[in-house]
Amino acid sequence: MSESVKAKKKSPSAESATAEGTTGEGKLQQAKSEAALPALGFKGMLRWAWTQLTSMRTALFLLLMLAVGAVPGSLFPQRPANPAVVTQYIKDNPSYGQFLDALQLYDVYSSAWFSAIYILLFISLIGCVTPRAIAHYKAMKSQPPRTPKRLSRLPEYGTLALPADAGIPASKAINDAAGLLRKRGYRVEVRNADGDLPSLGAERGFLKEVGNLVFHTSLIGVLVSVAVGGLFGYSGQRILVEGDTFVNTLVGYDQFTPGTNFQSSSLQPYSMQLDKFDAKFDRESPGKAGQPIDYTAEVTTKETPDSPAKKETLKVNDPVSLGGTSLYLTGNGYAPMVTVRDGEGNVSFQGPVIAKVQGDNYYSSVVIKVPDAKPEQLGFVGFFLPTALVTSDGISFSGAPELVNPQLSLNSFYGDLGLDKGVPQNVFELDVEKLKPLNNRNLAAGGITLTPGATVNLPEGKGSITFDGVKKYIGVDIHHNPGQLYALIFGLLAVAGLMTSLYVNRRRVWVRTGTHTDGRTMVEYGLLARGEDHRLAGEAAALRELFAREWNLPETPQAPSTTAVSSSTSKDQ
Amino acid sequence: MPAINETLGQYSELFMLLAAGTYTVAFIAFAWDLAKSSKTFQAVDLKAAASSASEKVTVAAGRVGAALGGADAGGPAGRAERPTSSLTVEGGTAAGDMKYAAERRVPARIAVALTVLGVLIHAAGVLTRALGAGRVPWGNMYEFLTTGAFVAVAVFLVTLIRRDLRFLGTFVLGLAIIMLVAASVSFWTPVGHLVPALQSYWLIIHVSIAVLSSALFTLTFAMSVLQLLQSYRQKNLGAGRKDNLAFMRVVPNALSLENLSYRINAIAFIGWTFTLMFGAIWAEKAWGRFWGWDPKEVWTFVIWVVYAGYLHARATRGWTGTRAAWLSIVGYACVIINFTLVNTVFQGLHSYSGL
Repeated sequence: MSESVKAKKKSPSAESATAEGTTGEGKLQQAKSEAALPALGFKGMLRWAWTQLTSMRTALFLLLMLAVGAVPGSLFPQRPANPAVVTQYIKDNPSYGQFLDALQLYDVYSSAWFSAIYILLFISLIGCVTPRAIAHYKAMKSQPPRTPKRLSRLPEYGTLALPADAGIPASKAINDAAGLLRKRGYRVEVRNADGDLPSLGAERGFLKEVGNLVFHTSLIGVLVSVAVGGLFGYSGQRILVEGDTFVNTLVGYDQFTPGTNFQSSSLQPYSMQLDKFDAKFDRESPGKAGQPIDYTAEVTTKETPDSPAKKETLKVNDPVSLGGTSLYLTGNGYAPMVTVRDGEGNVSFQGPVIAKVQGDNYYSSVVIKVPDAKPEQLGFVGFFLPTALVTSDGISFSGAPELVNPQLSLNSFYGDLGLDKGVPQNVFELDVEKLKPLNNRNLAAGGITLTPGATVNLPEGKGSITFDGVKKYIGVDIHHNPGQLYALIFGLLAVAGLMTSLYVNRRRVWVRTGTHTDGRTMVEYGLLARGEDHRLAGEAAALRELFAREWNLPETPQAPSTTAVSSSTSKDQ
Repeated sequence: MPAINETLGQYSELFMLLAAGTYTVAFIAFAWDLAKSSKTFQAVDLKAAASSASEKVTVAAGRVGAALGGADAGGPAGRAERPTSSLTVEGGTAAGDMKYAAERRVPARIAVALTVLGVLIHAAGVLTRALGAGRVPWGNMYEFLTTGAFVAVAVFLVTLIRRDLRFLGTFVLGLAIIMLVAASVSFWTPVGHLVPALQSYWLIIHVSIAVLSSALFTLTFAMSVLQLLQSYRQKNLGAGRKDNLAFMRVVPNALSLENLSYRINAIAFIGWTFTLMFGAIWAEKAWGRFWGWDPKEVWTFVIWVVYAGYLHARATRGWTGTRAAWLSIVGYACVIINFTLVNTVFQGLHSYSGL
């Protein structure tokens, strides 16, 4: 980044290396002990630290550190993605699980060390970009640099001789050249036009540095946009069974993750009802039977409680936009409809139960908690299989994702579910430790196996359970990210800047003319590139052709430069 | 959703095998060329050395650059120390401009002809796969590998039109063969429909650019490895030691390799930036957030940062030349990890069911 800094300071490591090479270890030690540290003072120290931080070497080091630092986030489970997996991971690896946690390896991207890397990198970047922007602004306003004494030293150099009878004096030749260069997009300054040796300086490609600056500034913009999203955005999840309606209020969410500056008043109370969900499975390609090929959710939406209802389709890769948020179809499954009657014969539970998908072909787990059952609370744990099949070993499995032979297999319990104490519980888990078993395969009553329409009475007159039918449910993610659009804009700006900085070439051209003693007008020109420019030789050839055509000279192609492929770079820095 | 055509799918697999076979023969021809041409070059160099002793003419027929090793290796002045270029290499390397020279390299011509034949068969394989599935042929690991290998070889052949990079032949074809074999042996998947998550036009945009950039990174990886070898060899030769990597005679000097791989890497880096951005846009459409540090996103980011580091290294004192080449190699290693480990071992949203 900061080339001027680089040129000013000599690398201490390189110096010491050469010292070691020439004078030997002993002398170096001696020199080290003799050398007195220069008194920098506090300000000096700060300046030194700033120079170090904004040097290209440090920036490169930080950049590579950023790459290395990002890797652990893919090796270990991350809390923001899935906190439950992290808890399980720590439990499974007691020897080092806690230790990794202390190193923030489960929160890599918000960890102190990762933040330190990218914050330092961005400070370094700002420290590079700002002085370069100022310098470039000045360069754009100033005239091309003075004509070097010996043009022949430039990486590209050529001469032309205009015959004496052509009637083109040195002053006209330089003005012609200036015109040609201007047409070619160069900024031109003619010097000493009427003198003995008129010359011109020309420069083009200021956009290269502009692109470079835009690229780096846009990266800062992307970072800020991400931060804005984190501050003012929010996201949440909701499971919707067919017929259910989601209303965008805090209570409408199953899970809600607010941004740091989120206010609940910013939720617009729109609604979305799931009318119907269709899943299509592959019945065509061999070896892929049962693979999903289409998920479609028919929904009815209302922008506000009073607005007219609107039919929409929600699909994977095709979210629905409502009230400044987007709603995504991220999951689906089956919700068996169940009716539970308690020991007193009253209906104590009725409705769909979300079956959580656990394995192939919608092999799903089911948990039913019935706190309203009397005299004893009831609990059920088991599995739902859309196409129940049994292996030769007697193990049930789901043979297909469709509802061919739906079956509920449950164990039942009674006792205090622990819900009355107000402690929040996971709806998908039932803690059976303090409950007494009623049904399972080890008891005389056996496990409960239900097909749609069937009812099973619980032992000891505790009640009954009926499997009424199956509905489908979808998992919906709701996101609001106000930084998103800006991140995209800055991203596009960054790419535009990057392409400009890589493919616009900054070049300088100098031309000098003079009159030979025999009356011919002599023209010499030289080209210099700033930065990588493998097409400088091509530009020199193009200019030569332009000049020759302008002055009606026979085409005399100059011997091509020997450095045809190696890039030519500036020597003036 | 168009119907699956299994017959076409079977033809596709046959074409893939035929392509792999043709590439294998081409690979042998390229290796033969490396061995044979090095010898020819050595003879030319010896002749040149003999004539230069008497006449001080060091220009060998058709190989101006090689004999003028010093001028050839003279790169950007005033940039950074360049151990590889400061040495005058006598008769060490092929022409630095990588333009086609006058001498006939029969084995190389045979190798290129075979590669063209192979790529045509390969194209038929990719095309029949696409027609059989009724969609773009990059929806699973098998298809990424077969299509990726095709793009890598095609990009190599396209660059051959402009530059004589035939010395890269063994590298590129070797890799293509490995990819085709891995696809058929480890990742074989019958033609089929896409899962809903992949049914998006972003699949066409995002993955095609990723594959193309990866193909370019493959070329620069090969060039960076050769650059390191050549740099080592040039140092050896400069120190007057024996040439123990004689086959590297066909390969241009280290600096020319570095310069060309920089240019290709610059294009590939832009491609990778688009891959990252389009991936983020697709992620927003599919999962509701444009960035979530999913393993695939992490590694795509790591690759981007490493190659960004590579581009910056070229402007940093002490980081050009060998170190930059190492960065390019590390970057490619990350590309490989991103494709293999991340898709199969790491748990993330890009883990493909049934691969």
